[in-house]
Amino acid sequence: MFESISGRLGTALARLRGRGRLSEADVDEVLGDIRTALLEADVSTEVVRAVVARIRSRAIGAAPSPALDPGQQVVKIVRDELVALLGGETLAIRYASKPPTVVLMAGLQGSGKTTSSAKLAAWFRAQGRNPMLVGADLQRPAAVEQLQVLGESVGVPVFSQPGDPVETARAGVERARSLGRDVVIVDTAGRLAIDEELMRQVRDISAATSPMYTFLVVDAMTGQDAVQVARAFDESLAISGVILTKLDGDARGGAALSVKEVTGKPIAFAATGEKVDAFEQFHPDRMAGRILGMGDVLTLIEQAERTFERGQAEEAAARLMEGRFTLDDFLEQLQQLKKMGPLSGVLGMLPNAPKEVKDAAVSDAMVASAEAIIRSMTPAERAAPEIIDASRRQRIARGSGTQVQDVNRLVKQFTEMRKMMKRMGGGKKGARGLDQALGGWMPGR
Amino acid sequence: MALRDRLGRARAAVSGAVAGALGRGIDDAAWEAVEEALLRADLGVATTGRVLGALRRKVEAREVDGSAGLVAALREEMAGHLAGAERAMRMGAVAPSIWLVVGVNGAGKTTTIGKLAAQQVAAGRSVVLAAGDTFRAAAGEQLAEWARRTGADLVRGADGGDPSAVVFDAVQRAAARGADLVIADTAGRLQSNANLMEELRKVRRVAGKGPGEVAEVLLVIDATTGQNGLVQAREFAEAAGVTGVALTKLDGSAKGGIAFAIESELGIPIKVVGTGEQVDDLVAFDPAEFVAALFDE
Repeated sequence: MFESISGRLGTALARLRGRGRLSEADVDEVLGDIRTALLEADVSTEVVRAVVARIRSRAIGAAPSPALDPGQQVVKIVRDELVALLGGETLAIRYASKPPTVVLMAGLQGSGKTTSSAKLAAWFRAQGRNPMLVGADLQRPAAVEQLQVLGESVGVPVFSQPGDPVETARAGVERARSLGRDVVIVDTAGRLAIDEELMRQVRDISAATSPMYTFLVVDAMTGQDAVQVARAFDESLAISGVILTKLDGDARGGAALSVKEVTGKPIAFAATGEKVDAFEQFHPDRMAGRILGMGDVLTLIEQAERTFERGQAEEAAARLMEGRFTLDDFLEQLQQLKKMGPLSGVLGMLPNAPKEVKDAAVSDAMVASAEAIIRSMTPAERAAPEIIDASRRQRIARGSGTQVQDVNRLVKQFTEMRKMMKRMGGGKKGARGLDQALGGWMPGR
Repeated sequence: MALRDRLGRARAAVSGAVAGALGRGIDDAAWEAVEEALLRADLGVATTGRVLGALRRKVEAREVDGSAGLVAALREEMAGHLAGAERAMRMGAVAPSIWLVVGVNGAGKTTTIGKLAAQQVAAGRSVVLAAGDTFRAAAGEQLAEWARRTGADLVRGADGGDPSAVVFDAVQRAAARGADLVIADTAGRLQSNANLMEELRKVRRVAGKGPGEVAEVLLVIDATTGQNGLVQAREFAEAAGVTGVALTKLDGSAKGGIAFAIESELGIPIKVVGTGEQVDDLVAFDPAEFVAALFDE
């Protein structure tokens, strides 16, 4: 079952190895397994269809990746797509200008509303707020007692009164205001999305308390029904975000994708355990890997990319030593700087480079400026900077939004560096010269 | 209200998908519609594949007539998967009988116990409830409320105490009073939590050590559960010897197809179905009705 998906995908990927540009047939072969993986993860059929169609159009004809074989490339496109779908806009919590900030919790029975309410209260406390909990679930026996016990354990007061849930919620917010509590979390009874009467009740609670945030609490184990639930609650309550619970289990959690895709609302928090502090902000990248259930394949892809980067760096280092290093190589290195650290890709492999050079810190602004200059050059200029004359210099400066002097400096320092490296590669110890050359190779340093 | 009526709304979506393919003969679109309907009901890729494979063989063997015939054959095929299981809640050979209720957090264990207790009391049995969920805040209070409503006896331990001890005490008490049945609650636990599963193993062991007989270990499965339900069933069965499934919250828009997958893949019968919040909303599982509810036109 689940276990075999990675295996089957591996076989499909192996068949694609060594092919060039991705053909439709290649892509479809892998997408069949991706579809199965998503369905086994409980992503809803309609969302699977939409996602697979998007991935297909992105993958077909995608330029071949130098690092990955075509099959791996498809999986990477899938992963990136999932991360983008799950992530996007994050929910930045703001507070009402006129306190209290009201937060309404809604969801199906058993999704984890009451526990999540207490965890959220603890989270607000950790943000330096003074939350209060309101128990408006007057339906489930002992729901209010549960909230009281949990509230006590996180040190947050709990308000509730018997009778009408709408009235209880309204009174709770009023109480919070009079006590000067600045955040109120209202726990409501679980309800079925198709139960009109109860949906009306939670709408009334919403109208009576004017919440700034309405969270839909969704169990990570939810199956295909997640779509209906999310749609119904969002239409009824205009939810602001989702709290995904029971992520400490082994469910793949495809419901997260369904809910996000259907409502467009961010997944704000993830509950990852029974303890009150097992509550954190949501990480789309972890979730994407989990939903795909292809940890081993994804690891393989990351390794392939890393190996490729290292291979590239080694090649660049070799060319550098032979004096064949071009501004394109330099640009390549710049793009990898953030991942690999300052010039370490090249310098780390040079036997004679002094430690200070390896550790040379390069600021983002310097990298950005150097990148802009090189990108404003033609391929011919990048390969042979000697041809850059006065008018070319002016054009490059204009194109990159820098000064002619900056362009001059970059070209001069690059040329010196290349010379130096060649000498060093030829066995002469050029540490001092290298240090000087690199010490000033960035404009504006 | 009959289960059939309660499921009416859930049914519409599925039959819509299948009906859309009607009148076109059994073409690829019809097969796709059927596959889609099964997947949407949470049967899962593997079980759906198995059902469709058997259906294809049938269609090839004996000329099923058009899409209407296809739906009928599908219904028959699925009902066949559910045929022959023993679904009655069993009473042990010696009193008291013990029903142990297990499942993940939020599945509806305590509510199911409340309903079972009400029905058993109404049937003239004397029932003791064991508050074996000593972990969740106010779980004991929730069960106490059910005991009060149903007139069942209640045995509670200390919050955070040993659940095995609570269950053992309840069995002793029931035996001493000559009660017929102990229904034991347990804390919700995710099957991936090894320590809690170990604790459950112990509860099951200890429950069988006193007088009486553990007659049922009921796994409560929320109808909204997706494919993780199969993992739940496998792990809980391994730890506690599950004898049946209680499928809860079937009155929503979820179709509960994962229970079909559990029964047909693991051979654990679905015994009771929860369809609402009232005491009477717990009924014996009827395979024909369940399948019809998925595919009625």
